[in-house]
This record gives sequence, structure tokens and C-alpha cells, in this order.
Amino acid sequence: MSAAATEGAAGAGHGGAPPGPPAIRCRGVRKVFSAGGRDVTALDGIDLDVAAGEFVCLLGPSGCGKSTLLNAVAGFSPPTAGELTALGRPVTGPGPERAMVFQEYALFPWMTVERNVAFGLELRGDPPARVLEVVDRLLLKLGLSEFRDRFPKDLSGGMRQRVAIARVLAIDPPLLLMDEPFGALDALTRRTLQDELLRIWAEDRKTVLFVTHGIEESIYLADRVVVMTYRPGTVKRLVPVTLPRPRDPASPEFNALKRELTALVMEEQARHQADEAHATAD
Amino acid sequence: MGGAGRLASLARSVAVPAALLLAWEAVSRLGWVTPLILPSPSAVALRWWAYLTPYQAYDPAAGGRLAWALSGELPHDAFTSLMRIAVGFGVGAGLALPLGLVMGARPLAYELFNPVLQLLRPIPPIAYIPLAILWFGLGNPPAFFLIALGAFFPVLMNTIAGVRAVDAIYLRAARNLGAGEWTLFWRIMIPAAMPYILTGVRVGIGVAFIVVIVAEMIAVNSGLGYRILEAREYFWSDKVIAGMATIGLCGLGIDLGMSRLNGWLLRWHRGVEG
Repeated sequence: MSAAATEGAAGAGHGGAPPGPPAIRCRGVRKVFSAGGRDVTALDGIDLDVAAGEFVCLLGPSGCGKSTLLNAVAGFSPPTAGELTALGRPVTGPGPERAMVFQEYALFPWMTVERNVAFGLELRGDPPARVLEVVDRLLLKLGLSEFRDRFPKDLSGGMRQRVAIARVLAIDPPLLLMDEPFGALDALTRRTLQDELLRIWAEDRKTVLFVTHGIEESIYLADRVVVMTYRPGTVKRLVPVTLPRPRDPASPEFNALKRELTALVMEEQARHQADEAHATAD
Repeated sequence: MGGAGRLASLARSVAVPAALLLAWEAVSRLGWVTPLILPSPSAVALRWWAYLTPYQAYDPAAGGRLAWALSGELPHDAFTSLMRIAVGFGVGAGLALPLGLVMGARPLAYELFNPVLQLLRPIPPIAYIPLAILWFGLGNPPAFFLIALGAFFPVLMNTIAGVRAVDAIYLRAARNLGAGEWTLFWRIMIPAAMPYILTGVRVGIGVAFIVVIVAEMIAVNSGLGYRILEAREYFWSDKVIAGMATIGLCGLGIDLGMSRLNGWLLRWHRGVEG
């Protein structure tokens, strides 16, 4: 498995990643949940290296443990066994160097857009002038300037997710963790945000670990797609995406990859369905 | 809504009260009941006016116009009762809020304090009157104690519920951005629990309002509660009703003020209209 991981990293799309230590390193990561007296193995034997500056998508059907792996890297839920390091340090808890964008946005509803974006900077103790400067810059960058005094309830889903991204970018984390961030958005908004994310990523080359169940989304975004198996979640296949950006979802190469990935994901989806049917029969 | 629409809406909201008042007035005027049992609304209004306005003519030597205008019996009684509510509620809520926050956030604190609180909670504050008088004598202290007790539990229970209902994702997001325990407490848990806390405050003020009247009827010799009981001693039914109306108006005023405050504090909240 680790041989496959190395091979995948070598095929990373942008090719400019310095050969330093990996931003994320998983060795034999295993996660077992106890639910209703039964142990469920969510992750098993995960070996994965993500290079610094690399954009990696975790792809799989629901129940494949992709969010579990992301939460483990974020430090919300430590692995049961195995070795997990991020930015050269073992993960022991959540930290701002591994900032997370959630599918549910998780904006603080009692804070205005501006206060939300400023939150991480204030916690870090940045001087107010510096906070204001960073907030101004990010609101401008994400097209939120005119919404700075609004509360999240008054924003559309796309706008909320922009705020969540701005809030995370404000603290300039080397590692960006994204948990199906565009899953709840309509297709057009999703594409716009994907493009903005790629633009931001191209500017400062953060390492991105992006969870999705969207096959097209993963090909559109990633340097490398990690296809995961359904329960227990393991790495089924590492698929490098070497198409030049911006990628054209209508191109034959894109579609060839899409066919390949669809076949892989559907195998796991079939196991997921069988499992559901089995659970219902119980 | 246009001017005509607003007028029609106003007419709809006063129609039933006006009809009731007219019927009441008619019943009294026709002599179906004696004024002792049920004085007419006009008699109550006259009495209320006398109760509200100053005894003496304005004397510039004695003080300012505002002080004179408020020198009547009613403003004095109302101020006394409201002051008791403010002090009692302040003490009760001031103790309940921190305790509720800690009990909501820390399971150990909840396990330690919950049994004794569940035991004490069903006892109505009124039942503490004998003890309150034994402990604090007569006057303001027992009233403060009883009102604080009445305000304590609603604020406490709602604060606990509010903190427990805080969506874990906010805590995750805040931790992820580098928040420590103290920041979580002040900047996440308290604002997230605010809708519940304010509900508790509103209920607590309502209870405080009930308790202040009862306390004034028994343990203190001033305030609105004392006044209506005193009026009964003299068979001044009109004054009793005037006092009751004053209590109603004060309660309404407080509730409107609270509602405004709620709307402003929770302007971020989905469930709040305009």
C-alpha cells in the first residue's frame, strides 16, 4: 500500500511539490467505533502520504470512512491504532494549522460575517489593525465585502460557505481540511466555488485534503484521488489526475477518468447497498 | 399596511375590551351588583386617577416638577415593587446563570448539583414565606429572598438546557480555529445558549412578579401588593381593582421591554421575527 502511495505522490499533477516530508502521513491507521454494543471498524490499515502543497480528494460512498479519516487528521477523533502525523508532528488534538471547512458551514450564527472571519485571528492575538487588514482582504477576495455586517442566517448557502472558507484562510493554515464543503450547494454555485478554491490554492499552494462523494468533483479538483472501500474504510486505489488545469469535464480524458473512478466507486456502493439491505432484513 | 388597514386592525383589537367595559359599566349602573362587590369601571378609573396623581398642589419650593408629578401614592408603590423585583431578580438570576453554565457544560457539576436542585425546585417560593420571615424578619430582606428564589429556578433550568443544546459543531469549529476552554465558554457556549437563557429570564421575571405581590401582602408594608390588601381592609373595591390594573400594566410594560431586548439580542437568530 505504501508503495502505491509513493507512486501516486510522484504523479502529482502540479509537479512542483518540493520533496520534503509529507504534510500528512498515515501508517496503519485504524478506527473502531463502538455503537450499540457492537464494534464497527470505520478505518483499517490506512497508509497514505499527502505531499506538501498537494490537493488530494478522498472519494467513496457514504460509510467508507472518508470523513472519519479527515476528522482524525483534524484531531477531533483520534485513531484507535496506527501512526498519524501532520506537518511532521503526531496529531494529538485540533489545531489551527489544520483548519477545517465543514459541510454544514459551522459559522457562528451570533457573529456577523466580519466577526466570523476575524475569530481565528483574534484568538491568535493578532493586533486589531492586522485583523482588520486580513479580514478586508479576504472579504474582497471572496466577494463578501458588502455582506460584512450581515448575520449568517441572511446569507445563501454559497455565501455561507465562502465565509467559512474566508474564516479558515484568515489564519493562513498550511493544511486545509474540507469535509464535503460544497455538498449542499446547487451545481452552479458549486462550480463557482470549486474554481475559487482552485484559484486560492494555486496562489498559496496549501495542502488540501478534500472529502467528497462527487466523482466529477474529485477529478476536477485533485492532484490525486484516493478511492476508499466501504466498511472497513481502506485505500482501494490511488488515482493520480494529471490533466492540466483548468480541467474540462467534457473532454475525453476527463471522461475516461470518470469512467474508471465510477467503476471503482460503484463496486463499493454495491457493497454499501447490500449491507443496507442486510440491515433492513435484520 | 396602510393607514386605513392599521385603523381597522386597531378597531379589531379594542372591540372586545370596549364591549366588556361597557357591559360591566351597565351592570354596575343598573344596580345589579353593589359597588362593594363590583364597582363600575368609571369609578375605578376615577379612583385610579386619584391614586396616581399627587396629593398636594405643585409647590416650587418643595422640589422639581417631575418629583412632584411622581409624588402620588401609586408611583411610589409601583416604584417600590419594581425595585424589589429588580433586586430580587438580580440576585436570583445572578446566582442561577453561572451555576447553570457550569452545570450545563460540566457533567460532573450536573451530577453533583442536580439531585438537590430537583428536590428543591418543586417547592413554590410562596412556601418559603414562613421561613423567610423567621430568617429575615419583615421588610425588604424576606421579599428579596423570595423573589430571588422565584427567579432562580427558571433561569437555572433554561441555562442548563441551553448549554446542553449547543450544537457540537460550533465547539468543533471553534477548537479547530484555536479556541481554548475559556474562549469556548465565553464566545461560543454563552451566545449559543442565549435564546434559552433569555427564555429563562422572561419566565423568571414573570415568577418574580407573582412573588413580589404575595410577599408584599404578607411580609412587607409597602408596594402594590400591600396596597391592594390595605384597600380591601377599608372595603375600597375600586382601589383594589385600580391596584390590580396597575400591576397588570407594570407587567405588560416589563414584558414589552423584555421582548424588545430579546429581539435585539437575538437579531442573529433564525426564529426571531423582524
